[in-house]
Amino acid sequence: MDAVVRELSYAQAIQEAMAIAMDMDERVFLMGEDIGVYGGAFQVTGDLVERYGTDRVIDTPISELGGAGVAVGAAVTGMRPIFEFQFSDFATLGMEQIVNQAAKMRFMLGGEVSVPVVMRFPAGSGTGAAAQHSQSLEAWLGHVPGLKVIQPATPHDAKGMLLAAVADPDPVMIFEHKLLYKMKGHVPEGHYTVPIGKAEIRREGRDLTIVATSIMVQKALEAAAALEGEGIDIEVVDLRTIRPIDRQTIIDSVKKTSRLLCVYEAVKTLGIGAEVSALVAESEAFDYLDAPIVRLGGAETPIPYNPDLEKATVPQVSDIIAAARDLVKGVR
Amino acid sequence: MAGASKAVVDSRANLPFVYRQYSPEQLRQVLHKMYLIRRFEEGAEECYMRGLIHGTMHLSIGQEASAMGICMPLAEDDQITSTHRGHGHCIAKGAEVSRMFAEFFGKTTGYCKGRGGSMHIADVAKGNLGANGIVAGGIPIAVGAALSSKRMKTGKVVVSFFGDGANNEGAFHEALNMAAIWKLPVIFVCENNGYGMSTSTARSTAVKNIAERAAAYSMPGVVVNGNIFSEVAEASFKAVERARAGEGPTLIESKTYRYRGHSKSDRNRYRTKEEIEDWMANRDPITLFETELRDFGFIDDRGIEAIRDAVAKEIADGIEFAKASPAPEIATLENYVYTEHA
Repeated sequence: MDAVVRELSYAQAIQEAMAIAMDMDERVFLMGEDIGVYGGAFQVTGDLVERYGTDRVIDTPISELGGAGVAVGAAVTGMRPIFEFQFSDFATLGMEQIVNQAAKMRFMLGGEVSVPVVMRFPAGSGTGAAAQHSQSLEAWLGHVPGLKVIQPATPHDAKGMLLAAVADPDPVMIFEHKLLYKMKGHVPEGHYTVPIGKAEIRREGRDLTIVATSIMVQKALEAAAALEGEGIDIEVVDLRTIRPIDRQTIIDSVKKTSRLLCVYEAVKTLGIGAEVSALVAESEAFDYLDAPIVRLGGAETPIPYNPDLEKATVPQVSDIIAAARDLVKGVR
Repeated sequence: MAGASKAVVDSRANLPFVYRQYSPEQLRQVLHKMYLIRRFEEGAEECYMRGLIHGTMHLSIGQEASAMGICMPLAEDDQITSTHRGHGHCIAKGAEVSRMFAEFFGKTTGYCKGRGGSMHIADVAKGNLGANGIVAGGIPIAVGAALSSKRMKTGKVVVSFFGDGANNEGAFHEALNMAAIWKLPVIFVCENNGYGMSTSTARSTAVKNIAERAAAYSMPGVVVNGNIFSEVAEASFKAVERARAGEGPTLIESKTYRYRGHSKSDRNRYRTKEEIEDWMANRDPITLFETELRDFGFIDDRGIEAIRDAVAKEIADGIEFAKASPAPEIATLENYVYTEHA
């Protein structure tokens, strides 16, 4: 009998991971706004409340700061909470608990405690939700020692990295691009993990390295496929984790291709692109560069409502194609 | 024997709560610990003045009955979250002053291995999940710990200490609401010392008594004189019983006063010398408790002297321990940021 490749959506993959985590470990539970009978704002928790009950799938009041703090307190005292921020933008309301408490508690107490909390953040633009429901704030949290910050780009990784996050003794922040939720892909059955802190080469190539995050990985792959016909051979590195960042995979790739393009949705300046560029510039890969490093990131503006303006705010496939072509052809 | 003990019980029948509830030995221990808290903070302050301790510190001198009264009915594995003014809570929950001094000196033998200092003093083994540098930061964490207790059926009660300043933080309101809707075994203890840094509660807080805020979350709100040990302990005892019975949270407002400034930068320009002296002369929690113990015949002057001497020695030994302890190696700077893998 031929093995059928099972496909799930990114959202289904996360839901399956949470169910497996709860089956495996009595200490795991879910908290968040409207994650019970409503199923979550993006239907990620779906019907889990029917399967696991309201003791393990807990609707919180609209209290992001308090809710995040309850999750931190439960984690420190032996539970394994998975806390859903309804939109990643609402991290702004919970920052105190994330940055001052979750990230620092182990350090401040000299290693006497661990904070095994997982926080999930539906992120990104493209849904017409305008400036307060469309941001990409992962680099904010990526700046904080004590946190781990991941951005799975495929259904396979969404499940495997969530299971890795639940097993991790430290706070793990997962940024899930909302436009990926419906993306389908191969997701193995049962329990497996995808390591935190390890980038993945999605496509090998000789002429240019694109380091991309989250949904930009898919866009970069589309751009790479389009440029194949022009004889441009692109390597796409899916960063997957922004803290701790996988320096070696990036450096090795740039040494091979001699060109680097960083593509990410968050505001361009002071972001992931700056970090990736700098770590290459500081490394032995610098001597291999044949062209300046280029960053493609979000515009220096809040996310607008108008759909054309919204699209223009973040890198699109055509932008990546143009930037990659210019880089390889030496226009820049 | 039975008759003798009945006579003791009868003779205590009209005394305040703690004299009926606890043994004379336990009560003498309380006096010992109240002195220990005071002398610890005086010792820490002196070490700071002499340049042996850097940074800053927030002293709770004058609030000892509050810390001791709240912790009196707690079991060893019950938990607390504490505040930047948390030395008293830490000692009351069972910490050793030697390791606290070591922490203040930044030494590896300190409770936080020199990474936390005064503002993050903790003793996880004794249930102190840590002082907190963020006003109201520990309140939601305490609710989370109480959620763990309920989910894992450990029977633990969690106390969240905070000051009057915290009652105007959003985290306070969010946390009280969640504790109430989920009926969690947590006790919210507002130690109202009259001032959030320099701003008096009269200027910062719309209600006269912070305990009135409890009504908004359908939980009992109790005001106690925080300088009278028995009053505080009685309120705590009732709240602990309620929490253990699964009936949910209580808000206790313990009205007290700090003799020292907010921190070491305080010039005391927001209150008068007379006000401070009045509290020190007329409502000192240690004097009040010690006088009661003596009046009720639970201790004599020799007993008090013995306690003072023992405490003085503990403090001196603790400071010596801290001085003699090793400082962390610079190479260990990045330890404890993440959980080390074996």
